[in-house]
Amino acid sequence: MRNFSYVMPQTIEAASIAAAQKNSVLKAGGIDLLDLMKGDLVRPDHLVNLLSVGSPALREVAVKDDGLHIGALVTLAQLAASSTVPSVLAHAASVAATPQIRNVATVGGNIAQRPRCWYFRSATFNCARKGGNTCFAQEGDNRYHALFDNGDCAVVQASSTASPLVALGATVVTNRRRIAAGEFFVPTSVDITKEHVLGEGEIISEIFIPASARALKAAYREAGERESNDWALVSATVALDFDGALVKTARVVLGAVAAVPYRVISVEEALRGKPITAANAARAAEGAFAKAKPFALNTYKVSLGKTILKRAILAAAGQPELSTAGG
Amino acid sequence: MASKTKSKTSSRSGSAKAVSRKGPTGLSRRGFMQGVGVAGGVALVATEDARAAAAPKTRGPKRAPVTLNVNGKDRTVTIEPRVTLLRALRNHMDLTGAKEGCDRGGCGACSVQVDGALVASCMMLAVDAVGKKVLTIEGLAKGDQLHPIQEAFVKHDALQCGFCTPGMVMACKALLDGNKNPTLAQIKKGLSGNICRCGTYTRIFAAVDTAAKQV
Repeated sequence: MRNFSYVMPQTIEAASIAAAQKNSVLKAGGIDLLDLMKGDLVRPDHLVNLLSVGSPALREVAVKDDGLHIGALVTLAQLAASSTVPSVLAHAASVAATPQIRNVATVGGNIAQRPRCWYFRSATFNCARKGGNTCFAQEGDNRYHALFDNGDCAVVQASSTASPLVALGATVVTNRRRIAAGEFFVPTSVDITKEHVLGEGEIISEIFIPASARALKAAYREAGERESNDWALVSATVALDFDGALVKTARVVLGAVAAVPYRVISVEEALRGKPITAANAARAAEGAFAKAKPFALNTYKVSLGKTILKRAILAAAGQPELSTAGG
Repeated sequence: MASKTKSKTSSRSGSAKAVSRKGPTGLSRRGFMQGVGVAGGVALVATEDARAAAAPKTRGPKRAPVTLNVNGKDRTVTIEPRVTLLRALRNHMDLTGAKEGCDRGGCGACSVQVDGALVASCMMLAVDAVGKKVLTIEGLAKGDQLHPIQEAFVKHDALQCGFCTPGMVMACKALLDGNKNPTLAQIKKGLSGNICRCGTYTRIFAAVDTAAKQV
């Protein structure tokens, strides 16, 4: 890791000014950033430490009339242990990484983390996302890569909390503006060199979840190569608003299948006005992947994703996820 | 180690497809940044005086004294800001119990407690631990008297090469700090950030179970 000066701002304003200086980067928990710096992908002269900002609001989950205010420096361990955070978000946070990482990694840093693609993470490969001309995953080892919008760059969104936040209709609050969680992430069709819309010196201060989200029945399901430590191969978050036994509105968001938390609008519409049954869930899961464009080595993610999404739909509705009639 | 495999470089580049870099405005990113740089410079000069008053404190980049509270004692080391807590412990304080395995937070060999929370000391800057209480494996035993968790590891012969053991013991300590009577599932979850490549997990889980009855 190259050396840098360590900047200790006392306020978000001071941190913003410091972060806008040439060759400065912001650090919260630092888990993703230190990884990038050890890999020589980020070489800051100035490391602006957000943990120096003393504000308690940045570290608390506050329940107010309008909804839940989650400070940007709240750790994944805090989210996982919180009884006030929607269970779908707490669950997703509780299965991310390891106890060691969850104790340090923050929710702000989690949604702003950079992709895990091994070509992107290697300084040896000047890939398209790093400003080169080539996406090496297209014909390289693409076993963990995207199924959707993957023609120019095949990274997947690695954050476990991102999909639940989109499904819950959360808002990312910065020192400058409020951004709907669904608008926070940048799809490959817009720009393949960045993952989120934050500008220079813009700092996430809070994640807001509206009070209306309390009525939602939601579930998060993921599949990985191991139960701990690893990033999900594919995940699904489903949030349902019921009118009696019928779905009034549905939010269906897939993780690790595209550069962004991937909302499947067609499935959301297909579920509307219907009861959740095993057959409906299976049909919806089938449809969600109809437009998937797998590479040579990640076709397994299509069938895996269908199963995970079906389970998430059934779990959200409080129904048994494993049917006796196979799959 | 699957998580680490993911961040490793594959040697297969193949004849990868060339792609164009897209920007919403058609401007190249560099050109855009240069434009912002010029405009930003004017505002910078105008507010420089006001800013100087509120300029945040900095450390480094040169080596400077940093005081850390480790195992109940204040220790001052002279380090650059880039030094991780693990390297500060091992290379500057001679506390070599915590091990460097992967240096990416994936193996748990470097686990220590910071203000009671289990952390991967390789993924924390030493300067981030200033003002906090760091507990390492060296801080568990009282003289020649082992901590009950260490005793339990000995009793169950819960190690082979021993490289992961300090981290395992610290993860066990953090688990039992928060849960005096963990189930096997909770033990597995508590130790899920620690890898033992000798595969001694069964004995480690048994040791944790024994230790839980004694701490």
